[in-house]
Amino acid sequence: MANEICFRTLNHKEPWALSTYQSLGGYEQWKRILKKKTPPQEIINELKESALRGRGGAGFPTGLKWSFMPRNVEGQKYIVCNSDEGEPGTFKDRDILRYNPHALIEGMAIAGYTIGANVGYNYIRGEFREPYTRFENALKEARAAGLLGKNILGSGVDFELHSQLGAGAYICGEETALLESLEGKKGQPRFKPPFPASYGLYGKPTTINNTETLASVPMILEKGGKWFHELGKPNNGGTKLFSVSGHVQKPGNYEVGMGTPFSELLKLAGGVREGRRLKAVIPGGSSTPILPADVMMDVTMDYDALSKAGSMLGAGSVIVMDDSTCMVKALARIAHFYFEESCGQCTPCREGTGWLSRVIHRIEHGEGKSTDLDMLVDVSKRIEGRTICALGDAAAMPVVSFIKHFRDEFQYHIDHKRCMVSA
Amino acid sequence: MINIEIDGLKIEAQDGAMLIEAADEVGISIPRFCYHKKLSVAANCRMCLVDVEKAAKPLPACATPVTEGMKVFTQSQKAISAQKGVMEFLLINHPLDCPICDQGGECDLQDLAVGYGGGETRYSENKRVVKNKNIGSLIATDMTRCIHCTRCVRFGEEIAGVRELGAIGRGEHMEIGTYVASTISSELSGNMIDLCPVGALTSKPFRYSARNWEMQRHPSIAGHDCVGSNIDLDVRDNNIMRVVPRENEEINETWISDRDRFSYEGLNSKDRLTAPMIKQSGEWQRVSWDTALAFALNGVKELVGRHGAEHLGTLVSPSATLEEMYLLQKLVRGLGSSNIDHRVRQLDFSDQNRAPAFPYLGQSIESLGQSDAVLLVGANITKDQPILGHRVRQAALFGAKVMCVNSVDYKVNMPLAEKLITDVAGMEAALAGILKALLNMNKIAAPSGIDQLLHSVSISATHEKMAANLSKASHGSVLLGLSAASHPAYSTLYALAECIAELSGAKLGSLSLGANSAGAWLSGAVPHRTADSASSNQTSAGLNAIQMFTAPRKGYFLFGIEPEFDSVDPVVTTQSLKDAEFVVAFSSYASTVLSDVANVFLPISPYTETSGTFVNVEGRWQSFKGVVSPQEDTRPAWKILRVLGNLFELKGFDYMSSIEVRDELKKCLGDIKLSNKRAWLCPELSGNISEQIVEIPIYGADAITRRAVSLSITPDATGHTIVMN
Repeated sequence: MANEICFRTLNHKEPWALSTYQSLGGYEQWKRILKKKTPPQEIINELKESALRGRGGAGFPTGLKWSFMPRNVEGQKYIVCNSDEGEPGTFKDRDILRYNPHALIEGMAIAGYTIGANVGYNYIRGEFREPYTRFENALKEARAAGLLGKNILGSGVDFELHSQLGAGAYICGEETALLESLEGKKGQPRFKPPFPASYGLYGKPTTINNTETLASVPMILEKGGKWFHELGKPNNGGTKLFSVSGHVQKPGNYEVGMGTPFSELLKLAGGVREGRRLKAVIPGGSSTPILPADVMMDVTMDYDALSKAGSMLGAGSVIVMDDSTCMVKALARIAHFYFEESCGQCTPCREGTGWLSRVIHRIEHGEGKSTDLDMLVDVSKRIEGRTICALGDAAAMPVVSFIKHFRDEFQYHIDHKRCMVSA
Repeated sequence: MINIEIDGLKIEAQDGAMLIEAADEVGISIPRFCYHKKLSVAANCRMCLVDVEKAAKPLPACATPVTEGMKVFTQSQKAISAQKGVMEFLLINHPLDCPICDQGGECDLQDLAVGYGGGETRYSENKRVVKNKNIGSLIATDMTRCIHCTRCVRFGEEIAGVRELGAIGRGEHMEIGTYVASTISSELSGNMIDLCPVGALTSKPFRYSARNWEMQRHPSIAGHDCVGSNIDLDVRDNNIMRVVPRENEEINETWISDRDRFSYEGLNSKDRLTAPMIKQSGEWQRVSWDTALAFALNGVKELVGRHGAEHLGTLVSPSATLEEMYLLQKLVRGLGSSNIDHRVRQLDFSDQNRAPAFPYLGQSIESLGQSDAVLLVGANITKDQPILGHRVRQAALFGAKVMCVNSVDYKVNMPLAEKLITDVAGMEAALAGILKALLNMNKIAAPSGIDQLLHSVSISATHEKMAANLSKASHGSVLLGLSAASHPAYSTLYALAECIAELSGAKLGSLSLGANSAGAWLSGAVPHRTADSASSNQTSAGLNAIQMFTAPRKGYFLFGIEPEFDSVDPVVTTQSLKDAEFVVAFSSYASTVLSDVANVFLPISPYTETSGTFVNVEGRWQSFKGVVSPQEDTRPAWKILRVLGNLFELKGFDYMSSIEVRDELKKCLGDIKLSNKRAWLCPELSGNISEQIVEIPIYGADAITRRAVSLSITPDATGHTIVMN
């Protein structure tokens, strides 16, 4: 049982076409809601029952998030989809946009209806030219079919949906930086509170969800929250798209139930390369703590199990490393990424990410000092939890976890001025 | 009120206050860089992280609202370690150039590093270097020192109203710079120097000239506009090294204009007059005070003897002190002349007998900032009175409808609800249109004569909108600016504005020239009133500032006046002075024109070297002391006038201090009515006006400012211009 929610259309001809989506029951939920004027609370209840949690990485219960929108406040509200998928190792939303854009459109329309927003924006990562075009075409199809726009299907309900291409900043995946960017400003996270539900896009109440989250909504309403919930495990409902990359035979996206053992997911991806052994896995994207092979082989892929194991499910971006990997080099690359992508607002992140990156780079190149490792951990701790957004945490967590699990390799680099792995 | 506890101290905080405000209120200091009480909260420096009970992470005190029962620890292990962590990050890329940094000794980063920084660094990588930007003649940049607090950026957006600086690039590559490489043009730009917590933005004129611990700080009052901003003068070796704001929430808050900040440069100008001089056979000679005073005495005596005292004309700068003006008018009136005036830019004096006691703002400066509709008439408030412009702008940001009727389309830094730009002749019709719209709208009985006056006036949609905005306002303000006061039909404009204000329930106010126009009126530096009758008129008025040149006098006293600048018609004025038999110039400077026309120079001390009083546009008397001793042989003018009074054998010139002079005047005046109300008299529309108004350049309003080199090369300093529409 795989690829049946967000990837429902995947095995059909022209999976992105409106006709394909509709032939599989697409837009039926939207039409039903429009016709019956389903009370929003009913939809929220269904989502709550499904235990759908935010697929962008934070894992916040979606039904609860939607219920935060001020109900009785008049005026403009917005639904925003975060398709600024930029975390290294993550490429699931890209394929939803490419292969099943209509599920997202229907999900956003339903979300807009539920929270009282008649305008939606899909903010798409700057590098996603092809997915952007695909999504734009799908929008045209949906508008032409009268599924978006004014007085949709004579229901009296309006919903306009627009897509916006980003300009290549990772930070714009942070929801408030995304809002700033949408407003045409420099992408910098806002201090919270106020949260977007009270002060969002252009200062109006706004809900922001991840692409996968929104694309899951139509099927949940079609088959019921209970059904979806049971695809996963308690408190970790439904299926999840795992982007498996790195040293596996068949890298790619796999949509499987929450709580699938990692070993099974690895098997789906063809296992590690011939003659190699699994060394470590970053389970949720480059910002989540790395876990060594033995821990990973015993863990199931869901929010709670990974949290217990000392890491996070994140966006389900599984980076697999076999025994040919130099951990110092891997961390240097990750640290450099966060250094380049820090927005520069908060002191600890602006100054700290550069510091971390430079020291790790130095260690990799044989210029490490005996005090460096303790210092790296200490500096990371001084960044973590002290910034406006989570980018500081994202930069700190890999450093702490890499040194925790592979300290000997770092020490070897410092002592011998060369790599242990290639030695 | 909300009850919270900080470091065990139970306090009551305002609803909606941030933690840092509550702590500041009770004197608990929390370190900060980006937070500033007059700017929006950025919460980016993270220096103010504190430990809040039940919060997992340390929270920024600047952005954490107080909640009932909150317990805060600013000195706990968690708080201190967070603050020390931030300090380490701030220092790793900050250059260790304190010994050559102008901010050294008054640097927030340096000060806080003593408390929160480590003894040595753990950072052994290369430090960041950032290229400096040239942003004009007032602010020097050292961008490597920048800690990215964005105070300067927020100042531009929120206070100056021009987004000139921005943060470009991201992460460690973020740099503060101008959007398009250009100079800063805000008239309040110097405040960014104070706001910058490090040495990234420092004063260019002051650069490398003194250390802050070498200077002594003395309170004073800025002498360049009618605001009377409170300032501190920093002095070293009997020199004014720089000027900084002194906080006064009722007047200038924490700001001062660039004019108030940088004009001190003019104090040491090369043409500063440092000794008495007399002109004999066309040659200037430096002489002793006795010789100079005797020369002046004889000259004036002879002249009065020959032609009579009515042939004496006296012009005084509107930026002279109250004491100087009072003694000067006492002297010339004692000699038998009432030809004294300070209104050097005025053309229309026809209603001077009906004028209020002094040109009054009609309300306090603080109150002006709370207006919900403002009509500016012939006013370039942003540049002429920057601090008042700032107050009006704040009102505009809070939704006040700011409107203007001007003969020049001034660049303003605030949203204008309505704008009416006309030629000089059209100013009357514009105001009449608003008045007529107001009458139509409210169906109120017009004051006598108005119906007939407005009979042929046509109304436009703009007139109606302006009238509506003023009518709807609960706190409207109608302000007449400097170009209204220089208008050929000023009395008509005033009466129309008065009527508009009256009928819409708005407050009428005047923005006056120089630092002390209010003081000039009160002390009797006008030809038709004396200090003992500040609001009633003399039976026989003297000649005003125009008359004494169109009907040239045989002798003149010029006090702080530069005829080529302080006159509406420099050609006529200069010629009259040249033709005169005897001219006594009380001046701090010897300009070419003044040297040409004067017979004796009496070097007087500028406001930094003498005690005195300025009365601001609110009617607030602010006295100050001289903070440096008079340069060489210059003397405080009140002392010179005292001696002259005695030499002329006039009574009542035996003052021991300037305070005695002030108190005598105060006693004379009794209770001064703070009001612009007067009996109604219908004005007449003057019809054809062909004169143009000579705009006063922002940095050309007084002799000191004219000599401030750094100001003279800013974009605002464009010199005298006649603007034609």
